[in-house]
Amino acid sequence: MMKRTFLATSIAAVVLSGTSTVAVAKDKMTLYCSAEENWCQLMLNSFEEATGIDVSMTRKSSGETFAQIKAEATNPKGDVWWGGTGDPHLQAAEEGLTAAYVSENRSELADWAISQATSAGDKTIGIYSGALGYGYNTELLAANGLSEPSCWKDLLKPEYKGHVQMANPNSSGTAYTTLATIVQLFGEDEGFEFMKGLHANINQYTKSGSAPIKSAARGENTIGIVFMHDAVKQAVAGFPIKVVAPCEGTGYEIGSMSIIKDGRNPESAQAFYDWALTAEAQTLALQVNAFQVPANTGAETSPSAPDLASIKLIDYDFSKYGSSAERKRLLKKWDDEVSVLPQ
Amino acid sequence: MMRSLCCHNKTLVMQTARSGDVGRPVLIFWIIIGWLGFLALPWYAIEDGFFAFEWLFDGYPFDTDYAPAAFIVAQGEKLWLAPLVLPLLAVTAVIGRPKSDPLYATILIAASGFGLAWLVLQGFGIGLRGWQFGMLESLFGDLGDRQFGMGYGALFVAVSLLFLFTQGIAARGAINGDVFVVSAIGSVIALITVFVFFPIANMLASAFITEDQSYSIAVFFSKFFDDRLWGLGCVAGGHRCGVAWNSLFLAVSVGLLTTLLGLVFALVATRSGFKYKRAMRALTVLPIITPPFVIGLAIILLFGLSGTVTTFVADLFGVQPTRWIYGLPGIMIAQVLAFTPVAFLVMIGVVEGVSPSMEEAAQTLRASKWEVFRTVSFPLMRPGLANAFLIGFIESMADFGNPLVLGGNYDVLSTEIFFAIVGAQYDQGQAAVLAIVLLSFTLGAFYAQRFWLGNKSYTTVSGKGDAGVHPTMPKMLSVPVIFIAVGWAGFTAVIYCMIVAGSVVELWGLNNSLTFKHYATAFSVALEDNGVRWTGAAWNSFWTTIQIAAIAAPLTAALGLLTAYLLTRQNFAGKSSFEFGTMLSFAIPGTVIGVSYILAFNVPPLELTGTGIILVISFVFRNMSVGVRAGIASMSQLDKSLDESSLTLGANSWHTFRRIILPLLKPAILAALVYSFVTAMTAVSAVIFLVSAEYDMATSYIIGRVENNDYGLAIAYSTTLIFVMLLVVGALQLAVGRTAIGRRKSTGQQS
Repeated sequence: MMKRTFLATSIAAVVLSGTSTVAVAKDKMTLYCSAEENWCQLMLNSFEEATGIDVSMTRKSSGETFAQIKAEATNPKGDVWWGGTGDPHLQAAEEGLTAAYVSENRSELADWAISQATSAGDKTIGIYSGALGYGYNTELLAANGLSEPSCWKDLLKPEYKGHVQMANPNSSGTAYTTLATIVQLFGEDEGFEFMKGLHANINQYTKSGSAPIKSAARGENTIGIVFMHDAVKQAVAGFPIKVVAPCEGTGYEIGSMSIIKDGRNPESAQAFYDWALTAEAQTLALQVNAFQVPANTGAETSPSAPDLASIKLIDYDFSKYGSSAERKRLLKKWDDEVSVLPQ
Repeated sequence: MMRSLCCHNKTLVMQTARSGDVGRPVLIFWIIIGWLGFLALPWYAIEDGFFAFEWLFDGYPFDTDYAPAAFIVAQGEKLWLAPLVLPLLAVTAVIGRPKSDPLYATILIAASGFGLAWLVLQGFGIGLRGWQFGMLESLFGDLGDRQFGMGYGALFVAVSLLFLFTQGIAARGAINGDVFVVSAIGSVIALITVFVFFPIANMLASAFITEDQSYSIAVFFSKFFDDRLWGLGCVAGGHRCGVAWNSLFLAVSVGLLTTLLGLVFALVATRSGFKYKRAMRALTVLPIITPPFVIGLAIILLFGLSGTVTTFVADLFGVQPTRWIYGLPGIMIAQVLAFTPVAFLVMIGVVEGVSPSMEEAAQTLRASKWEVFRTVSFPLMRPGLANAFLIGFIESMADFGNPLVLGGNYDVLSTEIFFAIVGAQYDQGQAAVLAIVLLSFTLGAFYAQRFWLGNKSYTTVSGKGDAGVHPTMPKMLSVPVIFIAVGWAGFTAVIYCMIVAGSVVELWGLNNSLTFKHYATAFSVALEDNGVRWTGAAWNSFWTTIQIAAIAAPLTAALGLLTAYLLTRQNFAGKSSFEFGTMLSFAIPGTVIGVSYILAFNVPPLELTGTGIILVISFVFRNMSVGVRAGIASMSQLDKSLDESSLTLGANSWHTFRRIILPLLKPAILAALVYSFVTAMTAVSAVIFLVSAEYDMATSYIIGRVENNDYGLAIAYSTTLIFVMLLVVGALQLAVGRTAIGRRKSTGQQS
């Protein structure tokens, strides 16, 4: 009985609607998020509240997301890729996986965010930035009777042997930024001498970029070379971590956002893009202890966040060191000359 | 349900009586399915999901997005679908013919063979952007049209044609005209081809792709013989060894250790007077229901630089704590903890299955207990030992979570593959080369195992009277065995105490005050006017995981045991390549499955990424081999005369399988069900590529928490999963029941 009614209704519906029906579907979009889970979740909920657009979200690291977007290139499933370090975004732009778009809110952004966009033909844009540095576990440092480091070159001291951790530049964007920063700071030859000296003190090259400071927080390691906002986050979470901005100066990353080319919901994607650049959206970071510097100059910042103005920043050349060719060359050199040395 | 359980014997008689003529209704059924797919169901996949049924009200059946093939063609569009009507018409014409008519078979084979071939050709030939191959484009010119992924209409037609094809083959007299066996072989081959060979071939082809997208053998060889893979630095006292050697050494050690421990536990459980067997048995099964990296985390909490044990020992002896756990020792401990239970599940089926009659015969002939064990019991356990080793070896090779957490600088293939794809290098070719190395190791182990087993007979359960009780182990064996078992069980217990403790403290190691806030964050529930609101952060992934695991488990077990039945009980042309195919999925690490699946199934004709189906499929084909292994191990102990007598009495092969083999396979069924349910809930490596916004899995959520240093929430979620799985495993054990063979004690007996 049920079935027959159902069939009747559907036939009626077909007859009534004919072939020209236009479905009134609710606006929706798919977000690939490469920031931390709770930040992604907060962005999603706030955006849904602000616009009524349904968002489904996948959180993956920027490397994984890049791999996925590349694999899906002939049939994109995502609409916007938000967050994660800038290099894979630049690479996606270089390979034509993302679409150019100029938002009306761009004028509210800091210069570094805009220059990220212009260097990639408007296919990506900066949304936050963070400086590189390191953090150490104060308890372990004291327990081992070590002096407090404050510069890059301090890390070469023999007393830190087996106490320093960084990620493997082959697998982590953070570690590649470290390598590129050292090369730009000291010049290529001296930079590689530095990496060789550092290699002697390294106890493990981790796979993921922020792992060194996380293991330092748990007391599994003493000094971790990471982005400073990651170190601040551990300190704020209650771990005995002290954050250091190296005295020689340091490099930085620009967290980025891109619209995926040929996505299924281009209008919703642009709505998200515009919204994500507003001061209101960028202030949300504070609620989840994300201590990156927001791109929107009107957004609020936390007193715990590293103040980029007081840190000596190098003039990081994103287009040179973000290009595949330079990346491959530096990584190969690091592989051949540094990673094979005995520790 | 109740009736089918209680009335075994009656139904057996009834079905035997009418088993003579089942061919005709089955034939008509498949023909109807085929027409249904062609005439009534939407041909292409529907973006918002078939079961939303929005398509019914949205222009069906005329809008080409939702139309059945017949309606599309009738409107003069996508005419390449039109030829599919021919095979359907041809097979319909066959209905009137007698089965003995040679035309019957010829028409079925020719028509459905053509239909299948055409379906595949048009699917691969025409894609999202028209012609898929430049050659076709230059031959026929621009198509001016395109097609999306296939949907239920295409699925029904494909399935119908496949089974009509096998009906035709059977009608020609293959395998004594046994329709069930031919159809089973046909469907397993089709499934393996589509979901194992196709994606893997697709992926491995990328090992030969150069940077400018052309193919080159030289690129492959330069990557394959790289020093980082095969370097022997560590032997010569140098820096470190190649990744391939690392993996091999680890996997062999883990395989040996898990087999040994699995045997030890199986012996204690079945052949000792040890008092606390049940408690120990429960404890040994715990690791199998634990997300693998959780064991890694617990080991860090115990033995890490600031671990409980490390600091205690360091204080006691006044030595400097070290990071010794990071690297080979840590991975090995975690993997042995994690994989011993699988070995135990395989071993116990075999140890229990060894017929006591043989052992009693030996005893009657005055053999001592030790001689009985050494010359009778142990040799009969060889299939189990070989299978347990193989599973341990391959699990270790494919394991991804533990090396990730504990690996230190000890790189293994599985993590290298992952980071070759997601790392800063994005080198798919490199990943494919590493995958080939991994594959050669696992297949090598597979053949070594077959060589060791040889052609001996391990049959002990025959239709003849089987009486007797297993003798207990000889003393000189039981003392060390119980000692090892108790020691390892105690270690496992400590690990689990750490896990539970870690989930109820504020911040491990720094603030050890008790709190349930991690559970609250993950699993809070709000009662509101309009019912329950699942407010916890973990609910979404939790329900998805349960749902997917519950769908995948029975499918996996069914496919695995069916394959095992075909392999042990039937002889057919190409059986060894068939076996190779079923084994292949087993030997491929999850990471590779994940990547090859998104590469293969993101584009038409099979567009599955972003759905829950792709997760189910990846679990089924990744885990079916455990069902196959367990099934083969158990079935090689069942005497063929059992089937033969059933067949002689007039039952067909389906009834023999259903009524004779299956009930004797309960341990294997249980192993397959439990294993597949549990891996579906705890697997990491394949899942991480296949989860989507809508279908997020528990493990990928937990890994996210671990990455975030949020150990409390990660461990709380894992603990909850462990309890859920305990419940499910217990329920499964009750539902499947135990095989009552002979006089041996059996609990939970039914019927």
